[in-house]
Amino acid sequence: MHKPHSPEGKGKGSFRGLVISTAFLGILSVNLGCSYGEDQVVANFTEITVQDEFDVDGAPDSSLWDYNIGTRGDGWGNNELQYYTDRPENIIVQNGYLIFTARQENFEGSGYTSARILTKDKFEQRYGRFEARIKAPYGQGIWPAFWMLGANSDEVIWPACGEIDIMEIRGQEPTVLFGSVHGPGYSAGEAITKRYDLENDRFDTGFHIFGIEWGPDYVNYYVDDVLYNRITPEDLPNPDNWVFNQPFYLILNVAVGGSFVGSPNEETVFPQTMLVDYVRAYKYNGPNE
Amino acid sequence: MKNGLFIYLKNTLLVVSMLALLTACEREVTDQVSFATFPINPEVFIDGFSGGLEYLPFDGSKLDAFSVDPDVKFAGTTSMRFDVPNFGDPSGSFAGAVFPDMGGRDLSGYDALTFWAKATEAATINEIGFGVDFGENKYRVNLPNLRLGTGWNKYTIPIPDPFLLTVEKGMFFYAAGPQDGDGFTFWIDELQFERLGTLGQPKPAIFNGEDRIETTFLDVQIPITGLTQTFNLGSGGNQTVSAAPAYFDFSSTDNEVARVSESGVITIVGTGTATITALLAGVKAAGSLTVEVGGSFQTAPLPPARNPEDVISVFSDAYANVPVEYYNGFFTPDRQTTLGGADINIGGDNVIRYTDLNFVAIKTLNTVNANAMTHYHLDIVVEDQQISDGDFIRVLLVDAGPDNVVGTGDDTEAFVEFDNQTLVSREWVSLDIPLTDFVGLNTGNLALYFFVSDATISNILLDNIYFYKE
Repeated sequence: MHKPHSPEGKGKGSFRGLVISTAFLGILSVNLGCSYGEDQVVANFTEITVQDEFDVDGAPDSSLWDYNIGTRGDGWGNNELQYYTDRPENIIVQNGYLIFTARQENFEGSGYTSARILTKDKFEQRYGRFEARIKAPYGQGIWPAFWMLGANSDEVIWPACGEIDIMEIRGQEPTVLFGSVHGPGYSAGEAITKRYDLENDRFDTGFHIFGIEWGPDYVNYYVDDVLYNRITPEDLPNPDNWVFNQPFYLILNVAVGGSFVGSPNEETVFPQTMLVDYVRAYKYNGPNE
Repeated sequence: MKNGLFIYLKNTLLVVSMLALLTACEREVTDQVSFATFPINPEVFIDGFSGGLEYLPFDGSKLDAFSVDPDVKFAGTTSMRFDVPNFGDPSGSFAGAVFPDMGGRDLSGYDALTFWAKATEAATINEIGFGVDFGENKYRVNLPNLRLGTGWNKYTIPIPDPFLLTVEKGMFFYAAGPQDGDGFTFWIDELQFERLGTLGQPKPAIFNGEDRIETTFLDVQIPITGLTQTFNLGSGGNQTVSAAPAYFDFSSTDNEVARVSESGVITIVGTGTATITALLAGVKAAGSLTVEVGGSFQTAPLPPARNPEDVISVFSDAYANVPVEYYNGFFTPDRQTTLGGADINIGGDNVIRYTDLNFVAIKTLNTVNANAMTHYHLDIVVEDQQISDGDFIRVLLVDAGPDNVVGTGDDTEAFVEFDNQTLVSREWVSLDIPLTDFVGLNTGNLALYFFVSDATISNILLDNIYFYKE
């Protein structure tokens, strides 16, 4: 049984985190974008449980992040083409950003390399707010993601452990975001997904904030200052199969190819980079905890 | 009462003088500062001509190819209709026009020209874009060979750098010719500039992104070609357009060797090596040209004066030349790699240059009767740094025979080969080849004049190619 990672134990600017997050909440609850004419409260939880501002150059903080390496033999279940490594060529923290680099290179029998990091066994939390500020890669066959898996993913075969996709983008549609949940009876092609189309902008030319707020019977999805989806048990084929009541861990990766995006083509530029400014998690402060 | 009036007057005076002061301040400001305000209207043709728009067809085009169509349209009441003529149409051999707003518009707030289009059949529009104003065409953008289908599709022509288009007159232009001789019709609707916000990842290029190296000479002028800008569209694919030189900032690594003008013409001014590169809106363009300049161009030895009846000249500035059909047959299906032709003119001296040589042929318009001649002369420079053993230039002549047609049974051909015993790297060598050396060759109907190296030698210059009677 894993406890959420406590900020005191991490000793990494939790007070600063509180100040920043409160200010940020203030911004979020006021009308930010001129194009959205309504006041929306997209984020309610303000008590930071863990955060990584990527302020220390070098490999990602090993007290929070672990690596998935290789191909798992099946392209991680999606026929993805990359071999994930922990090399600085594929993942490094530099100048305040976590940098994922997908490369076209022959490596251990694969034609591409990239990276996938996760907080499994290091930070797992049930309910709360999970958010990252990201500048996405682009191009046919490029598949960045910010997502979560149930902590029992080793013991319980997917999709029964549950999966929450906070951000998925297809590189060949740089203005489109997908937020989803996968679970028993609603996985892969049957996942509960909502698509969000960014107006007059793209996800690869600047930073955007991707996040969820998750409670006992809902998951809210937001991007920047727009709440674009809310999934509840009633949205599932069978509401009893709502599996989002256990701790989940965070995952960040850039995949190349696979069933969701298809393979890169001659227009796809390599190397492709994804920049992450921060990852933040907040405690659930709602009812029925 | 008098007091009141006085106060009233005083207040009025105060107010009036305040007003005068304020007005005076405003007037002063507008005297010193003049704001050029050009209209920002993005619409070109929605349901009719936008204000200020004119229709100016190109010379030689079918003047009435364009009309406004109230029946076929994507949206609204009308669309632009273009009827491309058949080959041989007496009223014009192609359809093409410029649609300018001669008052000029400020397009700097937009990032693309967009429109919906369809055609009566799958069709190619040879040129379409904006920035042509029948004047300088300074910021011309062209999307070449646009393919249209029979259903309505939206097309996007990105502006390479909108910041520069503060006073643009060229709203839209197009040119389209018949396909396989047949004309067709296409329609354009909702033609306008837009601020999409979804164009990203600009990738400009010069020389189509290639890094080229060229040996050249003093005073030569080399235009920069292959100027393009590419954006990734919101729909995920790339869109490449040709962009006028004015969008680019050119630079040379050595201005004492090569200089580049704003119009993208490189002028060689000194010996040495220089590399030309470019930026577009601050982004480095792919591609470059490195010039290696040895010195002045050395002209070939001047041919001697001859009686006209003693010379049949194919290529020379010293004699009258017979008409030539082509200087390079581009026999691509036969795997010819050779590029170039009679492209060099340095101070009035015309020279043939072939690069990437494996074989190439010149064809005279009519066959040449050289029966009265005794020799075949040519001047040749091998530009390759080195002529190794086994490298050769094969001078090969093809005679079409009495039927005057190449490829029939009465043809004859023969060749003479030259190697490093005769040819010298980077120097003119004059060859006077007795026609009797071409064993088995008839010379009454000479048609093709080949130069073959099988890629042992890559780059040559040729001049003074002629037959003469000693």
